Amino acid sequence: MGKKILLEHINVPGIETFDVYRKQGGYTAVEKAIKTMSPDGVVDEVKKAGIRGRGGAGFPMGMKWSFLAKPEGVPRYLVCNADESEPGTFKDHYLMKNIPHLLIEGMIISSYALGANKSFIYVRGELMYVIRILEKAIAEAKAAGFLGKNILGSGYDLELVVHPGGGAYICGEETALLESLEGKRGNPRNKPPFPAVKGLYQCPTVVNNVESIATAAWIVNNGGDAYAAIGIGRSSGTKLISASGHIKKPGVYEIELGVPVEEFLYSDEWCGGIRDGHHLKALVAGGSSVPILPANLITKLANGEPRLMTYESLSEGGFQTGTMLGSGGFIVFDETACIVRNTWNFSRFYHHESCGQCSPCREGTGWMEKVLHRIEYGHGSMHDIDLLVDVAKKIEGNTICPLGDAAAWPVASAIRHFRDEFEWHITHPSEATQPGAVFKGEMALV
Amino acid sequence: MEDIKPQLHKVTIDGIEVEVEPGTTILQAARKIGGDVAPPAMCYYQPLKGSGGKCRACLVRVAAGSAKDPRPMPKLVASCITPVQDGMVVENSTNEQVLTTRKAIVEFLLINHPLDCPVCDQAGECDLQNFAFNHGMATTRYEEERRTFEKHDIGPYIQLHMTRCILCYRCVYTADQITQKRVHGVLGRGDASEISTYIEKAVDNDFSGNVIDVCPVGALTDKTYRFKNRVWFTKPVDAHRDCPTCSGKVTAWYRGEEVIRVTARKNEWNEVTEFICNTCRFEKKKTSDWVIEGPTKISRSSVISANKYRADLIKPDFQKKLAAATYTDVDDERDTSQLGIQQLPPERFAPVLPHANDPEP
Repeated sequence: MGKKILLEHINVPGIETFDVYRKQGGYTAVEKAIKTMSPDGVVDEVKKAGIRGRGGAGFPMGMKWSFLAKPEGVPRYLVCNADESEPGTFKDHYLMKNIPHLLIEGMIISSYALGANKSFIYVRGELMYVIRILEKAIAEAKAAGFLGKNILGSGYDLELVVHPGGGAYICGEETALLESLEGKRGNPRNKPPFPAVKGLYQCPTVVNNVESIATAAWIVNNGGDAYAAIGIGRSSGTKLISASGHIKKPGVYEIELGVPVEEFLYSDEWCGGIRDGHHLKALVAGGSSVPILPANLITKLANGEPRLMTYESLSEGGFQTGTMLGSGGFIVFDETACIVRNTWNFSRFYHHESCGQCSPCREGTGWMEKVLHRIEYGHGSMHDIDLLVDVAKKIEGNTICPLGDAAAWPVASAIRHFRDEFEWHITHPSEATQPGAVFKGEMALV
Repeated sequence: MEDIKPQLHKVTIDGIEVEVEPGTTILQAARKIGGDVAPPAMCYYQPLKGSGGKCRACLVRVAAGSAKDPRPMPKLVASCITPVQDGMVVENSTNEQVLTTRKAIVEFLLINHPLDCPVCDQAGECDLQNFAFNHGMATTRYEEERRTFEKHDIGPYIQLHMTRCILCYRCVYTADQITQKRVHGVLGRGDASEISTYIEKAVDNDFSGNVIDVCPVGALTDKTYRFKNRVWFTKPVDAHRDCPTCSGKVTAWYRGEEVIRVTARKNEWNEVTEFICNTCRFEKKKTSDWVIEGPTKISRSSVISANKYRADLIKPDFQKKLAAATYTDVDDERDTSQLGIQQLPPERFAPVLPHANDPEP
């Protein structure tokens, strides 16, 4: 199960330069697409590949492309969402830093398929050095004739713009990203209209994640069917997983979708298991916003079968016993991790990053953070736990953008699965507030 | 010649059918029916383009999307920005989930609101006060510190008390659309965001005073009227004057023989119909400045409107609905008497305010 699509040449020295990348077969997909394929032909291949958006929501990329409105005389835009800010997710950063040309190649192909003549890469503001790497790569590609006017003599023009964000998590939400790109405050827009109809500068726009766009090159070279053959069912292809936490080998790994969670966690090829002398307590499978699961639920499904790294298998059981693949931020906790503290930490992040536009998220995230802070520092009371569940429920689904859901899910799931730990914090405040103190009681089962 | 009428859309809201033009929002369709069918709106302001969708007070359930596709919508939708479809079935005050959520929205809006109504100029004509009265709980579950700000004078006429703001963005849209140049906006984010001018720059514009009228709470107040009187002691009178800058159609608020405040005229949804200029609003405070038309008819949204809060005017079925929508899943056994809070005897407010402990109707 070692098929690599994106990270195949990651260890080639100098792969970040145009010459080395070209020698490894780079930009052949651009040549193939522009010289031999029609834009719709590229869209068809991506549809056949069945690749689902790698930014977190998992919306089929080909379908998103085919929804793009194409009115006459109106420009269309492709925007690459490189505002990766989810705690626990760092795959796009790794990809752009090491193989910038893979993204540039994907951008050229995708822009060609969508008929965009000006495309944007919106990079998280904290990653200034990555922005410089990308700008250098764009200059190299332009010098080689793969960007700019009349690419490869085809008459197709494309300009690529790298835009640094201002350092806001919310600008990873596609409509907030577009607002930010337009130079406005990064507030998510009310939908509908969706960006495919009215996006950047009120023109039809597609917003895709870095990983999704980078995959386009392989799909064009090898065909959509070959991509669809990798993986299991509707979870086709490979996925970059950012593994972090109490494991022996943290890092970014490319896996074929369908690897069992247990194998990914314990195999020496990937995470290498929990650090010595410790055991798995809980796991966040898809970045901080997806529900946290205890050890027993993350490795096995309710029917006893192993849980796989696919969109479907991870969400098996709904939110009662399941979670989501999300953006692939694989955060592992061993028994020394305090779930209450961790939940407070996540909550603190969402409180800080809420844009403040709609009331449930603006007020609710701060409320949850304060109550969790109180519990963590030994001032909680039993009804605070129910209060948290209730507040999370009132935020979920009632907000303009998914940040409200993302803030509510970790809190709701932590209490669902680790309620005894919260209760222990409340009943044993003097013990729980000792540095490094962790609940040692019976591990929660469901 | 016959006018070509566009195909009207038939919408059912709370069991009442109404026909509206395509492109109308659910909220506008509901307002056409009127009464309790119209969802509350804290941020939406019909004259301001782009407003709405933020406060989530107007969330409703769409039980059937349209005649063509009668599937219900998975989430509650903001009625102020969702256009109607032909054959749409909407549940507003008949849906328990909607009422529960609305209650939650009141709670969210109030956790960082000072509840200083007794000293607030807006009291009596405050959208939030009305909203909380109609949909909120009598007690709060919020025990944490509230966010507070210093008061700011923005220009000679307007005072900003950010602590009361619910970030509806109405004043931002007003400045964008009514005045020539906007110098204030939202700074910061999350619950730390605030309406502010850049480095305390004064809001100086012929039409800047309109932000006071559109503000749903007491965050933006009229400095020429601050602490002069309570709204319900004043008498509103429709008046006009020949004004070179605006329509000159205003409501003049009398205390005895004296005009103590001038505002734009508002419709039954508490929305300004014609914006007025600062000269009319702040400088013309003599009866001789105005041609009096007669008493203002206020049909809604204010304590001055014929004892709005009188217990016998609250419809019994609405009260039952409210009681049914109380939070039941929270095991809150705190005894308020031990917290040193003087509770009113239950009979004082029982006919008006349903309490969390009320039995289900």
